[in-house]
Amino acid sequence: MEYSGKIQSMNSTRLLEAHQVSHWFDDQEALSNVSLTLHQGEILTLIGPNGAGKSTLLKLLLGLMTPTKGHIWRKPGLNVGFMPQKIQIDDSLPLSVQRFLSLARPRHSERKKFITKLEQVADELGLNQLLTRPVQKISGGEMQRVLLARALLKSPDLLVLDEPVQGVDLQGQTQLYEYINAVRQRHQCGILMVSHDLHIVMKDTHQVLCLNRHICCQGHPQAISATDAFKTLFGDGFEQLAVYEHHHSDACDHIHPTRNEPSA
Amino acid sequence: MTLETLIHLPDFLLYAFAGGLLLAMISAPLGVFVVWQKQSYFGAALAHSALLGVSLGLWWQMDLTLAVIAVSILAALSIDWLTRHTRLPTDTLLGIFAHASLAFALIFISLKQPAQLDIMAYLFGDILSLQKAELVGIVLLGVWVTAFFWRHWSDMLNLTLNADLAQIEGVHTRQLQRHYLLLLAILIGLAIKVVGVLLITSLLIMPAASARRFARSPEGMLIGAIIMGGLSVLGGLLGSFLWDLPTGPAIVATATGFFLFSLFKRAR
Repeated sequence: MEYSGKIQSMNSTRLLEAHQVSHWFDDQEALSNVSLTLHQGEILTLIGPNGAGKSTLLKLLLGLMTPTKGHIWRKPGLNVGFMPQKIQIDDSLPLSVQRFLSLARPRHSERKKFITKLEQVADELGLNQLLTRPVQKISGGEMQRVLLARALLKSPDLLVLDEPVQGVDLQGQTQLYEYINAVRQRHQCGILMVSHDLHIVMKDTHQVLCLNRHICCQGHPQAISATDAFKTLFGDGFEQLAVYEHHHSDACDHIHPTRNEPSA
Repeated sequence: MTLETLIHLPDFLLYAFAGGLLLAMISAPLGVFVVWQKQSYFGAALAHSALLGVSLGLWWQMDLTLAVIAVSILAALSIDWLTRHTRLPTDTLLGIFAHASLAFALIFISLKQPAQLDIMAYLFGDILSLQKAELVGIVLLGVWVTAFFWRHWSDMLNLTLNADLAQIEGVHTRQLQRHYLLLLAILIGLAIKVVGVLLITSLLIMPAASARRFARSPEGMLIGAIIMGGLSVLGGLLGSFLWDLPTGPAIVATATGFFLFSLFKRAR
């Protein structure tokens, strides 16, 4: 009884669900029989090697493509904030960071309210120094924060982050994860994150899904960043990171290289 | 040219000034997006296919401007389709498209051997032969383009920045891009009369490119492109009256002058 009650309450907060989704490109099967559920306030990390179909799954989940087989359900009226992997802005387009962010303003929202929100988000993410700079002239790490800010300006129910820590060092990753976690707790939004790092994930992740055209394995990360072994390896200040241990069935034949120890 | 002639401007001159200036203004918003989306080859391919429109219009003995617009629209849609359904890079497809339509256009024209067709007028433009009906067409296109960008300026910017992001934020990206290409095709069809097939791309991209150095915002660049496009048309017409230069090339030469001048301005 108690169990079914729990299922009921979980169902009411579902944001996103994929049900036995498969997708083909021409004759190639890119994804096979993938199912997942994401609830409000939950973090799902999608990991997998290059070419594992992570981007395809993301596009399907976001409704940018329709799956060949299976079904994808999104909560009606779901407000998605999306942080793309990278964004190439041609030099010919004169655009300040401020203007880039303000382009996220929805058509019918009040300008004044939006500006207040923009200032608040910029403040939280430490973007104030960047606002007047041309958007092409900021660094990769700064761009990641700008893109995150833009996703947050939508006040999303679901935050989708495509490789948010790509090219960011461990210190920066920790900061970004800290911020993402704070956002989740404040707004109670769900977070779907894609990462190509097969071992280090965000500590507060509720589910880790390892994808290699099909779901290889899934589970929880181990919060070993607090253990002594981790601290000796990486030092202090990485409380937001965790290690994910893979438990693969025989059907999954891809190899996971073990992470090299950083040279001292 | 005396003051007398300026006051009693003959109709054909009035049409030339009005049509040319309007086209320059309409080209500005479409042109800045051609630059931002790196579509200048697309403009060139469309312009070449416009010549195919001329030849087919002759073949079927229909209104040439209408034929050109129809073929441009068809060309824009086919290129859009081809880029999504073949594995070839876009610039290759555009090159094939441009030269194929040029070849077929010349074949059709030679087969028909029209007595009084001045092919040069379509290659380099003949603004002084602009008709009232065409001027009305240009005004209507101007209204359409203004309405389109009034509503979709931010959407188009978002689409240009990142199509996935724009779509997730609720922009109907494919539909919007097609609408934009449709306007571009019609503009090219109408502008053939003014600057001709070979020079139309420059009317689109030169004022926009010159304005880049002076602009700090997308809107600033648009205003700059409008001003420089308008001045290029005026300068070209003036040069054409004063020194009897061919009008289309004179317009492009003036636009080139602005571009060279802009190079001396430090980039912002």
